[in-house]
Amino acid sequence: MNHSEQTNTTWLFEITPKNKFFSLNLKEVWQYRDLLLLFVKRDVVTVYKQTVLGPLWYLIQPLFTSITFTIIFNNLAGISTGTVPPFLFNLAGITVWNYFTACLTGTSNTFGANAGIFGKVYFPRIIVPISIVISNLIKFGIQFFIFIIFYLYYYAQGAAVSLNPLAVFFPLLIVLMGVLGLGLGMFISSLVTKYRDFSYLITFGVQLLMYGSAVMYPLALIKEKIPNYAWLVQYNPLAYIIETTRYMLLNIGQVSVLGLGYTAVVTITLLLVGILIFNKTEKSFIDTV
Amino acid sequence: MSNKTFLSGSDTPSFGGGRGEDNIILKAENISKQYRLGQVGTGTLSHDVNRWWHQIRGKEDPYLKIGDVNDRSTKGSSDYVWALKDINFEVERGEVLGIIGKNGAGKSTLLKILSRVTAPTTGSIKFGGRVASLLEVGTGFNGEMTGRENVYLNGAILGMTKKEITAKLDEIIDFSGCERYIDTPVKRYSSGMTVRLAFAVAAFLEPEILIIDEVLAVGDAEFQKKAIGKMQDISREGGRTVLFVSHNMAAIKQLCTKTIMMENGTIVFEGNTNKAIDYYLQSNQYEGYRGHYVNEAVQESGIVSLAIVDKNDEIRTEFGFDEAIGINVKLQVAEQYLNAYLGFRLVDRNERVIFTSEIKLSEKINQAGMHKFEVNLPEKFLVPNQFNLTFALHVPNVVLIDCLDDCLSFEIIETGSDLYKYAGTDFGCVYVNCDWKKLN
Repeated sequence: MNHSEQTNTTWLFEITPKNKFFSLNLKEVWQYRDLLLLFVKRDVVTVYKQTVLGPLWYLIQPLFTSITFTIIFNNLAGISTGTVPPFLFNLAGITVWNYFTACLTGTSNTFGANAGIFGKVYFPRIIVPISIVISNLIKFGIQFFIFIIFYLYYYAQGAAVSLNPLAVFFPLLIVLMGVLGLGLGMFISSLVTKYRDFSYLITFGVQLLMYGSAVMYPLALIKEKIPNYAWLVQYNPLAYIIETTRYMLLNIGQVSVLGLGYTAVVTITLLLVGILIFNKTEKSFIDTV
Repeated sequence: MSNKTFLSGSDTPSFGGGRGEDNIILKAENISKQYRLGQVGTGTLSHDVNRWWHQIRGKEDPYLKIGDVNDRSTKGSSDYVWALKDINFEVERGEVLGIIGKNGAGKSTLLKILSRVTAPTTGSIKFGGRVASLLEVGTGFNGEMTGRENVYLNGAILGMTKKEITAKLDEIIDFSGCERYIDTPVKRYSSGMTVRLAFAVAAFLEPEILIIDEVLAVGDAEFQKKAIGKMQDISREGGRTVLFVSHNMAAIKQLCTKTIMMENGTIVFEGNTNKAIDYYLQSNQYEGYRGHYVNEAVQESGIVSLAIVDKNDEIRTEFGFDEAIGINVKLQVAEQYLNAYLGFRLVDRNERVIFTSEIKLSEKINQAGMHKFEVNLPEKFLVPNQFNLTFALHVPNVVLIDCLDDCLSFEIIETGSDLYKYAGTDFGCVYVNCDWKKLN
C-alpha cells in the first residue's frame, strides 16, 4: 500500500533544462487519460452553452456552405459532378474538410488558449491537442450523420448514388485526416508562441488551402483544365483524402494508391515533427507567450 | 496501489551523491533561470539564429553569460537577467518547507520550475514522488460547468484519476462548504466559494509533494484557519511534503519546519523557521517606512535625531509582535527650556490615536546641552498594524519648541502570535497583559 518507506535511491523523475531530442511519454499520457476524457467532455458540452440553437450550429455551417458552393461552383461556374447531385458532392467534401480545419485551428492555438492553465499546473501538454482532435471527432460525427440523412434522401429520390465497397476503410481515412490536422496544428502552435505571425497566417491560409484541396471540384478536373498548376493540388495530401472520401462514399473520382501512400507518409512525418517541436516548446513557452 | 508508480519511467536509476540521503524527496541542484527583459518578440529571430549558429559549432549559448543579477531597482547592462541563480536545496520527506522573500525575490519563479510549468535554464531537480501544485487556485475551472463537474476537471488537471476523485467527492464537497451550489455553474459562484472549492480539491490530492503559493490570501478567516489546519494534517499525518510560499509570516511560522529566505534570485538563509523570519524582518525593511530622523540644523533647542531600533540597536521598521521596540532620542536643550516636556503620540494606519507618553525633562537632566534618551515599547503590546509617531518638545501651554508630525513610522508584523487564531477580528489597538487572579 504505502510505498513511502522504500529507500529512496531512485528518483521518480528529473527536471532538466533541455528535453531529450524526442520524448513522447505515452505512459504519462495514459496516466492522464481521465483528464483527456474530461477535456473532451468540457469542449463538447460548453461550446454552445448560452446559445439558442445549441448543437444545431454544428449543422447549420456545413449545410449553408454546401448550398453556397452548389450555387456558385456548380450552377454558376458549371463544374460537373457527374451523376452525383452537386449538393451531396459538396457536403461530402466540406464535412471532411471541416474536420481537418477544426483540428488544425483548434490545436494551433493550444498554447495561446491555455496559457493560463499551463502557467499554473503541469500535465502532459499533448493532452490538449489530442483532446481537441477527439472532441472535433464527435462534432464530425454529428455532421456526418447529417450527410447520411441527405444521402438517404437522394437515394430515395432515385439519384445515382452508391457506396464503394472500399467505404469500410472510411474511418481510417478520418483518422488520417485527424492526425494530419494534429501534426500540422502542433507544429504551428509551437511557432505561434514565439512568432505571432503564424496565427494570422493560419486564419487566411486555411481558406486558401481549401481551394487547393479539391473540396468543391473533382481532382481530375484541375488536371484537365489547368494542367500547369495541377501540381499545387497534386502535392497537397489533403486533396487525396477528400478525393478518396468521395470515391468511397459516392463512388466517383479516382483513388490513387500512390497518392494515399504519399499522404500517409506526409501525415506521419508531420506528426513526428509536430511532436518534436511541441515537446521543445512546452518546456519554456510560458516565458515567451 | 498502482498509481503510486505514477510519472515513473525516468531512466536515472540512482544519483551519484552520498548515501544516507534516503529520506530526501526533492533535490534541487544549481537551478538558474534566465529571462529576457524588454519586449520579447522583437529581435528574437536574430537571437535564435545566433544561438543556433553557436550551437552547431559546439559553442556555448552566447546569451547565457551576459545576465545580470535580478535587482529591479538598478538598471542592468544587458537585456537578459537571472531571475534565479544557483539555487541548491534539499527537502526531506514529510517536511514543510517555507519559502519567503520580498516581491521579485524569485519565489514564484522557483515554484514554477518545481511544479514543471517552466524549465530551468541550467541545473536539475530530482523528485522522489508525485508533485502537485496549487498555484493560485481555481485555474482550470470552467465557468460554464457545475461545481461537481469542475471538481472532476480540476482534480484531473492536478493529476488525480476519476476513480480517486469519485472516492473523495463527498469529503471534498463537505470541506468546501459548497454543498448547496455544487450543481450550479461555477460562474455563479462568489470568488470566495470558487477558492474554497478549488482548495478543497487540492487538499484531498494525494501527491507526495504538494506545492502551495499564497492560497491563504483568500477566503475568510474561518476558511483560512481550516486551510492551515488541513495543511498541517497533510504534512503531519499524511507524511507528505509541502513547499509553501507566502508573505504571511504567521502562516509560515505555524506550518513550516524549515524555511528558505530568498533575495534577488538567490537563497540567503536556509534553516530554522523562526530564525528565517527574524532574518526576513531584519533584512526586508520596506522603504516606505521611516526608521530614523535627523535634523543637524537644530540651534538652541530641538530634537536632533530619532531612531527606531531593535534589541541589537539596529534601525528597523518592521517588527514581530513578540519583539520589544526601542526609540533613541537625541535632543539639544537650552537653559531656558529645562522645564520642557518631551513626548510622543502613536497613531495607527487608520489615524486612530493609540496613546501618548511624555517625560518632564527636569526630572532627568539639570543642565543645558545635548542629551540622549531611550524609550521602550514593550513586546506583545502593539497589535499587528502600521504605526506613525509624532514627537514634540514643548512647555505645556507656553511654547511649542519642536514638533515633528509623523516623523517615524513602522509596522508590527504578525509572526504567529496567539492573536493569529482570531485573524480577521478587531482586537483593539493594543494587547494588554492584565493581572488575572484566581479568587476561590
